[in-house]
Amino acid sequence: MNRRRVVVTGMGIVSPVGSTIESAWLNVVSGKSGINFIKKFDTSTYTTRFAGLVADFNAADYLGPKEIKKTDPFIQYGVAAAKQAVTDSGLDITNSNRDRIGICVGSGIGGLGTIEEECATLQASGPRRVSPFFIPASIINMISGYISIELEITGPNLAAVSACTTATHSIGLGARLIQAGDADVFIVGGAECASTPAGMAGFCQARALSTRNDDPQKASRPWDKDRDGFVLGDGAGVLVIEEYEHAKKRNARIYAELIGFGMSGDAYHITLPPDDGNGAARCMQNALKDAGINPDQVDYINAHGTSTPAGDLAETKAIKTAFGDHAMKVAVSSTKSVTGHLLGAAGGIEAIFAVLSIRDQVIPPTINLENPGKGCDLDYVPGTARNDAVGIVVSNSFGFGGTNGSLIFQRLQ
Amino acid sequence: MSSFEDKVKAIIAEQLSISIESIVPGARFVEDLGADSLDTVELVMALEEAFEVDIPDEEAEGIRTYNDVLAYLKAHAAKAAA
Repeated sequence: MNRRRVVVTGMGIVSPVGSTIESAWLNVVSGKSGINFIKKFDTSTYTTRFAGLVADFNAADYLGPKEIKKTDPFIQYGVAAAKQAVTDSGLDITNSNRDRIGICVGSGIGGLGTIEEECATLQASGPRRVSPFFIPASIINMISGYISIELEITGPNLAAVSACTTATHSIGLGARLIQAGDADVFIVGGAECASTPAGMAGFCQARALSTRNDDPQKASRPWDKDRDGFVLGDGAGVLVIEEYEHAKKRNARIYAELIGFGMSGDAYHITLPPDDGNGAARCMQNALKDAGINPDQVDYINAHGTSTPAGDLAETKAIKTAFGDHAMKVAVSSTKSVTGHLLGAAGGIEAIFAVLSIRDQVIPPTINLENPGKGCDLDYVPGTARNDAVGIVVSNSFGFGGTNGSLIFQRLQ
Repeated sequence: MSSFEDKVKAIIAEQLSISIESIVPGARFVEDLGADSLDTVELVMALEEAFEVDIPDEEAEGIRTYNDVLAYLKAHAAKAAA
Protein backbone atom coordinates (compact mmCIF):
# COMPACT_ATOMS: atom_id res chain seq x y z
CA MET A 1 0.00 0.00 0.00
CA ASN A 2 1.27 3.45 -0.86
CA ARG A 3 2.04 5.87 1.93
CA ARG A 4 -0.75 8.30 2.78
CA ARG A 5 0.03 11.70 1.20
CA VAL A 6 0.10 14.81 3.39
CA VAL A 7 -0.80 18.29 2.13
CA VAL A 8 -0.86 21.79 3.63
CA THR A 9 -4.35 23.33 3.70
CA GLY A 10 -4.12 26.14 6.28
CA MET A 11 -1.57 28.54 7.75
CA GLY A 12 -1.42 31.11 10.55
CA ILE A 13 1.30 33.41 11.86
CA VAL A 14 2.23 35.80 14.65
CA SER A 15 5.58 37.46 13.97
CA PRO A 16 7.86 40.50 14.14
CA VAL A 17 6.92 41.31 10.53
CA GLY A 18 3.17 41.05 10.98
CA SER A 19 0.51 38.80 12.41
CA THR A 20 -1.43 37.83 9.32
CA ILE A 21 -0.10 35.54 6.59
CA GLU A 22 -0.35 38.17 3.86
CA SER A 23 1.24 41.06 5.83
CA ALA A 24 4.12 38.92 7.10
CA TRP A 25 4.79 37.43 3.66
CA LEU A 26 4.74 40.86 1.99
CA ASN A 27 7.40 42.09 4.43
CA VAL A 28 9.52 38.96 4.01
CA VAL A 29 9.43 39.17 0.20
CA SER A 30 10.12 42.91 0.17
CA GLY A 31 12.91 42.47 2.73
CA LYS A 32 11.47 44.77 5.40
CA SER A 33 13.18 44.05 8.72
CA GLY A 34 11.07 43.43 11.82
CA ILE A 35 13.90 44.03 14.30
CA ASN A 36 13.61 46.81 16.90
CA PHE A 37 14.88 47.97 20.28
CA ILE A 38 13.35 46.26 23.32
CA LYS A 39 11.34 48.75 25.36
CA LYS A 40 9.41 46.46 27.72
CA PHE A 41 12.29 46.35 30.23
CA ASP A 42 15.51 48.27 30.85
CA THR A 43 18.21 46.82 28.58
CA SER A 44 20.90 49.40 29.33
CA THR A 45 23.19 46.82 30.94
CA TYR A 46 22.63 44.16 28.25
CA THR A 47 25.19 43.51 25.51
CA THR A 48 22.26 43.17 23.06
CA ARG A 49 19.35 45.61 23.34
CA PHE A 50 17.13 44.62 20.38
CA ALA A 51 15.01 41.72 19.13
CA GLY A 52 12.23 40.79 16.75
CA LEU A 53 9.18 41.66 18.81
CA VAL A 54 5.70 40.63 17.75
CA ALA A 55 3.99 43.25 15.56
CA ASP A 56 0.30 44.07 15.09
CA PHE A 57 -0.98 41.49 17.54
CA ASN A 58 -3.88 41.71 19.97
CA ALA A 59 -4.42 38.60 22.10
CA ALA A 60 -8.05 39.63 22.70
CA ASP A 61 -8.77 38.90 19.03
CA TYR A 62 -8.18 35.22 19.81
CA LEU A 63 -8.75 34.55 23.53
CA GLY A 64 -11.11 35.70 26.28
CA PRO A 65 -9.87 37.96 29.12
CA LYS A 66 -9.80 35.06 31.56
CA GLU A 67 -7.62 32.93 29.25
CA ILE A 68 -5.28 35.84 28.52
CA LYS A 69 -4.71 36.35 32.23
CA LYS A 70 -3.82 32.67 32.70
CA THR A 71 -1.39 32.25 29.80
CA ASP A 72 2.14 33.28 28.97
CA PRO A 73 2.43 35.17 25.65
CA PHE A 74 3.99 32.13 23.93
CA ILE A 75 0.72 30.26 24.44
CA GLN A 76 -1.31 33.22 23.18
CA TYR A 77 0.83 33.43 20.04
CA GLY A 78 0.50 29.70 19.39
CA VAL A 79 -3.27 29.61 19.90
CA ALA A 80 -3.70 32.70 17.70
CA ALA A 81 -1.66 31.21 14.85
CA ALA A 82 -3.58 27.92 15.17
CA LYS A 83 -6.95 29.68 15.04
CA GLN A 84 -5.84 31.60 11.94
CA ALA A 85 -4.65 28.37 10.34
CA VAL A 86 -7.88 26.48 11.04
CA THR A 87 -9.98 29.37 9.70
CA ASP A 88 -7.71 29.53 6.64
CA SER A 89 -8.13 25.79 6.04
CA GLY A 90 -11.94 26.04 5.96
CA LEU A 91 -12.07 22.87 8.06
CA ASP A 92 -15.36 22.37 9.92
CA ILE A 93 -14.72 20.75 13.28
CA THR A 94 -17.70 18.51 14.07
CA ASN A 95 -18.63 15.50 16.17
CA SER A 96 -17.80 13.25 13.23
CA ASN A 97 -14.19 14.44 12.81
CA ARG A 98 -12.97 16.02 16.06
CA ASP A 99 -11.23 12.84 17.26
CA ARG A 100 -9.42 12.46 13.91
CA ILE A 101 -7.70 15.83 14.26
CA GLY A 102 -4.38 15.93 16.13
CA ILE A 103 -2.43 18.83 17.60
CA CYS A 104 1.36 19.07 17.91
CA VAL A 105 2.47 22.65 18.53
CA GLY A 106 5.65 23.03 20.59
CA SER A 107 8.02 25.63 21.95
CA GLY A 108 11.76 25.66 22.49
CA ILE A 109 11.69 27.41 25.84
CA GLY A 110 8.10 27.92 26.98
CA GLY A 111 6.79 30.46 29.47
CA LEU A 112 10.06 32.00 30.55
CA GLY A 113 8.55 35.41 31.36
CA THR A 114 5.95 33.82 33.63
CA ILE A 115 8.61 31.70 35.34
CA GLU A 116 10.69 34.83 36.00
CA GLU A 117 7.75 36.74 37.44
CA GLU A 118 6.58 33.92 39.70
CA CYS A 119 10.11 33.27 40.95
CA ALA A 120 10.36 36.95 41.84
CA THR A 121 7.07 36.66 43.76
CA LEU A 122 8.32 33.53 45.50
CA GLN A 123 11.53 35.27 46.59
CA ALA A 124 9.78 38.43 47.73
CA SER A 125 6.60 37.08 49.33
CA GLY A 126 6.89 33.33 49.79
CA PRO A 127 5.14 30.28 48.31
CA ARG A 128 1.58 31.25 49.27
CA ARG A 129 1.67 34.28 46.94
CA VAL A 130 2.68 32.22 43.86
CA SER A 131 -0.17 32.06 41.33
CA PRO A 132 -2.10 28.78 41.05
CA PHE A 133 -1.84 29.36 37.29
CA PHE A 134 1.97 29.51 37.32
CA ILE A 135 2.51 25.97 36.02
CA PRO A 136 -0.32 25.75 33.45
CA ALA A 137 0.59 29.23 32.20
CA SER A 138 4.16 28.25 31.43
CA ILE A 139 4.49 24.57 30.45
CA ILE A 140 5.12 23.92 26.78
CA ASN A 141 2.35 21.48 25.88
CA MET A 142 -0.29 24.00 27.02
CA ILE A 143 -0.33 25.50 23.50
CA SER A 144 -1.70 22.18 22.22
CA GLY A 145 -3.87 21.96 25.34
CA TYR A 146 -5.48 25.38 24.82
CA ILE A 147 -5.98 24.79 21.09
CA SER A 148 -7.85 21.58 21.85
CA ILE A 149 -10.00 23.24 24.53
CA GLU A 150 -10.76 26.34 22.45
CA LEU A 151 -11.56 24.46 19.22
CA GLU A 152 -12.95 21.25 20.82
CA ILE A 153 -10.45 19.00 19.07
CA THR A 154 -10.12 15.56 20.68
CA GLY A 155 -7.49 13.70 18.64
CA PRO A 156 -3.83 13.10 19.61
CA ASN A 157 -2.51 16.01 21.67
CA LEU A 158 1.22 16.50 22.18
CA ALA A 159 4.18 18.83 21.82
CA ALA A 160 7.75 18.44 20.61
CA VAL A 161 10.59 20.26 22.37
CA SER A 162 13.88 20.43 20.47
CA ALA A 163 15.20 23.99 20.76
CA CYS A 164 15.29 25.73 17.38
CA THR A 165 14.14 22.59 15.56
CA THR A 166 10.92 22.32 17.61
CA ALA A 167 8.46 23.49 14.95
CA THR A 168 10.14 21.57 12.13
CA HIS A 169 10.03 18.40 14.22
CA SER A 170 6.41 19.12 15.18
CA ILE A 171 5.40 19.45 11.52
CA GLY A 172 7.31 16.31 10.55
CA LEU A 173 5.92 14.29 13.46
CA GLY A 174 2.39 15.40 12.65
CA ALA A 175 2.89 14.25 9.06
CA ARG A 176 4.24 10.90 10.26
CA LEU A 177 1.21 10.43 12.51
CA ILE A 178 -1.12 11.15 9.59
CA GLN A 179 0.82 8.64 7.47
CA ALA A 180 0.54 6.08 10.27
CA GLY A 181 -3.22 6.59 10.49
CA ASP A 182 -3.44 8.13 13.98
CA ALA A 183 -5.28 11.12 12.53
CA ASP A 184 -6.43 12.62 9.21
CA VAL A 185 -5.58 16.22 10.07
CA PHE A 186 -2.85 17.70 12.29
CA ILE A 187 -2.39 21.23 13.58
CA VAL A 188 1.38 21.63 13.76
CA GLY A 189 4.06 24.24 14.41
CA GLY A 190 5.70 26.20 17.20
CA ALA A 191 5.51 29.34 19.31
CA GLU A 192 8.02 31.32 21.35
CA CYS A 193 8.37 34.37 23.56
CA ALA A 194 11.94 34.41 24.92
CA SER A 195 12.66 38.15 24.69
CA THR A 196 12.36 38.40 28.48
CA PRO A 197 14.90 39.82 30.96
CA ALA A 198 16.35 36.39 31.79
CA GLY A 199 16.01 35.06 28.24
CA MET A 200 17.96 37.97 26.77
CA ALA A 201 20.55 37.73 29.55
CA GLY A 202 21.03 34.01 28.96
CA PHE A 203 21.46 34.31 25.20
CA CYS A 204 23.75 37.34 25.65
CA GLN A 205 25.92 35.41 28.10
CA ALA A 206 26.05 32.43 25.72
CA ARG A 207 27.56 34.91 23.24
CA ALA A 208 24.92 33.80 20.76
CA LEU A 209 23.41 37.18 19.85
CA SER A 210 24.53 39.96 17.52
CA THR A 211 25.64 43.04 19.46
CA ARG A 212 25.07 45.50 16.61
CA ASN A 213 23.24 47.93 18.89
CA ASP A 214 23.97 50.90 16.64
CA ASP A 215 21.99 49.39 13.76
CA PRO A 216 19.62 46.57 14.84
CA GLN A 217 17.91 46.17 11.46
CA LYS A 218 21.30 45.30 9.94
CA ALA A 219 22.18 42.83 12.70
CA SER A 220 20.69 39.67 11.18
CA ARG A 221 23.00 39.25 8.16
CA PRO A 222 23.36 35.54 7.33
CA TRP A 223 26.56 34.57 5.46
CA ASP A 224 27.85 38.18 5.49
CA LYS A 225 31.49 38.59 6.53
CA ASP A 226 30.43 40.98 9.32
CA ARG A 227 27.80 38.66 10.84
CA ASP A 228 28.21 38.42 14.61
CA GLY A 229 25.40 36.30 16.00
CA PHE A 230 21.66 35.81 15.68
CA VAL A 231 18.81 38.17 16.56
CA LEU A 232 16.19 36.76 18.91
CA GLY A 233 12.58 36.84 17.68
CA ASP A 234 9.15 36.11 19.16
CA GLY A 235 6.03 34.71 17.52
CA ALA A 236 4.37 31.57 16.19
CA GLY A 237 3.90 29.69 12.95
CA VAL A 238 1.19 27.02 12.71
CA LEU A 239 -0.01 24.93 9.76
CA VAL A 240 -2.96 22.66 9.14
CA ILE A 241 -1.68 19.54 7.41
CA GLU A 242 -4.05 16.92 6.12
CA GLU A 243 -4.25 13.59 4.40
CA TYR A 244 -4.57 14.27 0.66
CA GLU A 245 -7.81 12.35 -0.02
CA HIS A 246 -9.39 13.91 3.08
CA ALA A 247 -8.53 17.38 1.78
CA LYS A 248 -9.75 16.59 -1.74
CA LYS A 249 -13.03 15.17 -0.46
CA ARG A 250 -13.92 18.41 1.28
CA ASN A 251 -12.69 20.54 -1.66
CA ALA A 252 -10.03 22.20 0.47
CA ARG A 253 -7.55 24.62 -1.08
CA ILE A 254 -4.23 22.75 -1.14
CA TYR A 255 -1.17 25.00 -0.85
CA ALA A 256 1.48 22.30 -1.33
CA GLU A 257 2.35 18.70 -0.53
CA LEU A 258 4.71 17.79 2.31
CA ILE A 259 6.76 15.11 0.58
CA GLY A 260 9.78 14.66 2.85
CA PHE A 261 10.96 14.84 6.44
CA GLY A 262 14.44 14.03 7.76
CA MET A 263 16.14 14.19 11.16
CA SER A 264 19.57 13.68 12.66
CA GLY A 265 21.71 14.39 15.72
CA ASP A 266 25.21 15.92 15.79
CA ALA A 267 26.74 14.12 18.81
CA TYR A 268 29.21 17.01 18.95
CA HIS A 269 28.62 20.08 21.15
CA ILE A 270 25.81 21.70 23.16
CA THR A 271 25.63 24.89 21.08
CA LEU A 272 28.07 24.58 18.14
CA PRO A 273 27.64 22.52 14.96
CA PRO A 274 30.56 20.41 13.74
CA ASP A 275 32.71 22.43 11.29
CA ASP A 276 31.73 20.31 8.31
CA GLY A 277 28.00 20.40 9.16
CA ASN A 278 27.75 16.62 8.87
CA GLY A 279 24.67 16.44 11.08
CA ALA A 280 22.84 18.98 8.95
CA ALA A 281 23.96 17.18 5.78
CA ARG A 282 22.66 13.81 7.02
CA CYS A 283 19.41 15.45 7.98
CA MET A 284 18.87 16.90 4.48
CA GLN A 285 19.91 13.57 2.91
CA ASN A 286 17.36 11.75 5.06
CA ALA A 287 14.65 14.17 3.96
CA LEU A 288 15.57 13.77 0.26
CA LYS A 289 15.47 9.99 0.67
CA ASP A 290 12.11 10.18 2.46
CA ALA A 291 10.76 12.31 -0.40
CA GLY A 292 12.22 9.94 -3.01
CA ILE A 293 13.73 12.79 -5.02
CA ASN A 294 17.17 13.65 -6.35
CA PRO A 295 19.04 16.68 -5.00
CA ASP A 296 18.89 18.42 -8.39
CA GLN A 297 15.09 18.52 -8.24
CA VAL A 298 15.18 21.07 -5.40
CA ASP A 299 14.64 24.69 -6.51
CA TYR A 300 14.97 26.53 -3.22
CA ILE A 301 16.32 25.94 0.30
CA ASN A 302 14.89 28.07 3.09
CA ALA A 303 18.01 27.76 5.23
CA HIS A 304 18.38 27.75 8.98
CA GLY A 305 20.82 30.65 8.34
CA THR A 306 20.82 32.34 11.73
CA SER A 307 23.70 34.79 11.10
CA THR A 308 26.13 33.12 13.50
CA PRO A 309 29.75 32.79 12.36
CA ALA A 310 29.91 28.99 12.84
CA GLY A 311 26.36 27.98 11.92
CA ASP A 312 26.16 29.74 8.55
CA LEU A 313 29.42 28.22 7.37
CA ALA A 314 28.54 24.72 8.60
CA GLU A 315 25.16 24.85 6.83
CA THR A 316 26.86 25.97 3.62
CA LYS A 317 29.23 22.97 3.83
CA ALA A 318 26.30 20.69 4.66
CA ILE A 319 24.39 21.85 1.57
CA LYS A 320 27.47 21.08 -0.55
CA THR A 321 27.69 17.59 0.96
CA ALA A 322 23.99 16.84 0.53
CA PHE A 323 23.46 18.44 -2.88
CA GLY A 324 26.80 17.87 -4.63
CA ASP A 325 27.11 19.86 -7.89
CA HIS A 326 23.57 21.18 -7.49
CA ALA A 327 24.64 23.12 -4.36
CA MET A 328 26.09 25.89 -6.53
CA LYS A 329 22.87 26.13 -8.57
CA VAL A 330 20.08 25.88 -5.98
CA ALA A 331 18.73 29.14 -4.50
CA VAL A 332 19.37 29.35 -0.74
CA SER A 333 18.02 32.17 1.44
CA SER A 334 17.46 32.97 5.08
CA THR A 335 14.22 34.73 5.97
CA LYS A 336 15.71 35.15 9.46
CA SER A 337 17.53 38.14 7.98
CA VAL A 338 14.11 39.83 8.08
CA THR A 339 12.31 38.17 11.02
CA GLY A 340 15.13 37.35 13.42
CA HIS A 341 15.39 33.86 14.89
CA LEU A 342 12.12 32.67 16.45
CA LEU A 343 13.75 29.60 18.08
CA GLY A 344 11.03 26.98 18.54
CA ALA A 345 8.70 28.89 16.22
CA ALA A 346 11.30 29.39 13.47
CA GLY A 347 10.54 26.16 11.63
CA GLY A 348 6.84 27.04 11.70
CA ILE A 349 7.07 30.45 10.07
CA GLU A 350 9.76 29.21 7.67
CA ALA A 351 7.64 26.23 6.56
CA ILE A 352 4.94 28.80 5.83
CA PHE A 353 7.38 30.91 3.79
CA ALA A 354 8.53 27.77 1.96
CA VAL A 355 4.93 26.96 1.06
CA LEU A 356 4.22 30.56 0.00
CA SER A 357 7.30 30.58 -2.23
CA ILE A 358 5.65 27.68 -4.08
CA ARG A 359 2.25 29.41 -4.16
CA ASP A 360 3.61 32.69 -5.51
CA GLN A 361 6.62 31.37 -7.47
CA VAL A 362 8.94 33.81 -5.72
CA ILE A 363 12.07 33.25 -3.64
CA PRO A 364 12.37 35.62 -0.65
CA PRO A 365 15.74 37.37 -0.24
CA THR A 366 18.52 37.26 2.33
CA ILE A 367 18.78 40.91 3.34
CA ASN A 368 21.91 42.57 4.76
CA LEU A 369 24.15 40.16 2.83
CA GLU A 370 26.59 42.72 1.43
CA ASN A 371 29.95 40.91 1.38
CA PRO A 372 29.81 37.12 1.69
CA GLY A 373 32.07 35.71 4.40
CA LYS A 374 34.92 33.30 3.78
CA GLY A 375 33.62 29.97 2.49
CA CYS A 376 30.10 31.34 1.95
CA ASP A 377 29.82 30.99 -1.82
CA LEU A 378 26.32 29.69 -2.58
CA ASP A 379 23.50 31.60 -4.32
CA TYR A 380 21.97 33.21 -1.22
CA VAL A 381 19.50 35.44 -3.13
CA PRO A 382 21.01 38.60 -1.60
CA GLY A 383 19.05 41.81 -1.21
CA THR A 384 15.96 41.35 -3.34
CA ALA A 385 13.42 38.62 -3.97
CA ARG A 386 13.57 36.64 -7.19
CA ASN A 387 10.70 35.46 -9.38
CA ASP A 388 11.49 31.92 -10.43
CA ALA A 389 9.87 28.56 -11.03
CA VAL A 390 9.59 27.02 -7.56
CA GLY A 391 8.48 23.38 -7.58
CA ILE A 392 10.28 21.82 -4.62
CA VAL A 393 11.52 23.59 -1.46
CA VAL A 394 13.58 22.37 1.52
CA SER A 395 13.19 24.04 4.93
CA ASN A 396 16.00 23.50 7.46
CA SER A 397 16.15 23.85 11.25
CA PHE A 398 19.08 23.07 13.55
CA GLY A 399 19.06 23.46 17.32
CA PHE A 400 21.11 23.57 20.51
CA GLY A 401 21.94 20.05 21.57
CA GLY A 402 22.76 19.14 17.98
CA THR A 403 19.20 18.42 16.87
CA ASN A 404 18.40 18.73 13.16
CA GLY A 405 15.25 18.63 11.02
CA SER A 406 14.45 19.21 7.34
CA LEU A 407 11.09 19.36 5.59
CA ILE A 408 10.48 19.17 1.83
CA PHE A 409 7.42 20.74 0.21
CA GLN A 410 6.33 20.26 -3.39
CA ARG A 411 3.87 22.05 -5.63
CA LEU A 412 0.83 19.77 -5.86
CA GLN A 413 1.14 17.39 -8.82
CA MET B 1 -24.14 49.34 49.76
CA SER B 2 -21.01 49.75 51.83
CA SER B 3 -17.60 50.44 50.33
CA PHE B 4 -16.53 47.12 51.85
CA GLU B 5 -19.00 45.20 49.72
CA ASP B 6 -18.06 47.24 46.67
CA LYS B 7 -14.43 46.34 47.21
CA VAL B 8 -15.19 42.62 47.55
CA LYS B 9 -17.30 42.69 44.39
CA ALA B 10 -14.59 44.52 42.47
CA ILE B 11 -12.03 41.88 43.46
CA ILE B 12 -14.30 38.98 42.50
CA ALA B 13 -15.17 40.62 39.18
CA GLU B 14 -11.50 41.22 38.39
CA GLN B 15 -10.35 37.74 39.39
CA LEU B 16 -13.11 35.86 37.58
CA SER B 17 -13.28 38.24 34.59
CA ILE B 18 -17.02 38.82 35.08
CA SER B 19 -19.29 41.86 35.47
CA ILE B 20 -19.97 43.37 38.90
CA GLU B 21 -23.73 43.05 38.23
CA SER B 22 -23.50 39.26 38.03
CA ILE B 23 -22.33 39.09 41.65
CA VAL B 24 -25.73 38.88 43.32
CA PRO B 25 -26.26 37.88 46.97
CA GLY B 26 -25.75 34.13 47.31
CA ALA B 27 -23.93 33.81 43.96
CA ARG B 28 -21.81 30.61 43.92
CA PHE B 29 -18.35 30.94 42.38
CA VAL B 30 -18.20 27.61 40.58
CA GLU B 31 -21.85 26.97 39.72
CA ASP B 32 -22.99 30.55 39.00
CA LEU B 33 -19.89 32.57 38.17
CA GLY B 34 -17.92 30.11 36.02
CA ALA B 35 -14.92 29.67 38.29
CA ASP B 36 -12.83 26.51 38.49
CA SER B 37 -10.84 25.27 41.48
CA LEU B 38 -7.74 27.26 40.47
CA ASP B 39 -9.78 30.44 40.02
CA THR B 40 -11.04 30.12 43.58
CA VAL B 41 -7.49 29.66 44.90
CA GLU B 42 -6.45 32.85 43.14
CA LEU B 43 -9.56 34.67 44.37
CA VAL B 44 -8.77 33.78 47.97
CA MET B 45 -5.19 35.01 47.44
CA ALA B 46 -6.47 38.34 46.13
CA LEU B 47 -8.82 38.71 49.11
CA GLU B 48 -5.98 37.92 51.53
CA GLU B 49 -3.86 40.62 49.99
CA ALA B 50 -6.60 43.26 49.81
CA PHE B 51 -7.85 42.73 53.37
CA GLU B 52 -4.52 41.85 54.98
CA VAL B 53 -5.75 38.55 56.31
CA ASP B 54 -4.44 34.98 56.17
CA ILE B 55 -7.08 32.47 55.14
CA PRO B 56 -5.94 28.90 55.98
CA ASP B 57 -6.65 26.28 53.26
CA GLU B 58 -9.22 24.48 55.48
CA GLU B 59 -11.16 27.71 55.87
CA ALA B 60 -10.72 28.67 52.19
CA GLU B 61 -12.43 25.44 51.13
CA GLY B 62 -15.56 26.62 52.89
CA ILE B 63 -15.68 29.90 50.99
CA ARG B 64 -17.87 29.06 48.03
CA THR B 65 -20.19 32.03 47.59
CA TYR B 66 -20.15 35.81 47.64
CA ASN B 67 -21.99 35.68 51.00
CA ASP B 68 -19.32 33.30 52.38
CA VAL B 69 -16.67 35.90 51.54
CA LEU B 70 -18.56 38.72 53.26
CA ALA B 71 -19.15 36.61 56.36
CA TYR B 72 -15.57 35.40 56.60
CA LEU B 73 -14.00 38.82 56.15
CA LYS B 74 -16.40 40.47 58.63
CA ALA B 75 -15.39 37.86 61.21
CA HIS B 76 -11.65 37.81 60.55
CA ALA B 77 -10.43 40.96 58.81
CA ALA B 78 -9.92 44.17 60.73
CA LYS B 79 -10.26 46.12 57.50
CA ALA B 80 -13.70 44.70 56.80
CA ALA B 81 -15.15 45.95 60.06
CA ALA B 82 -14.43 49.58 59.21
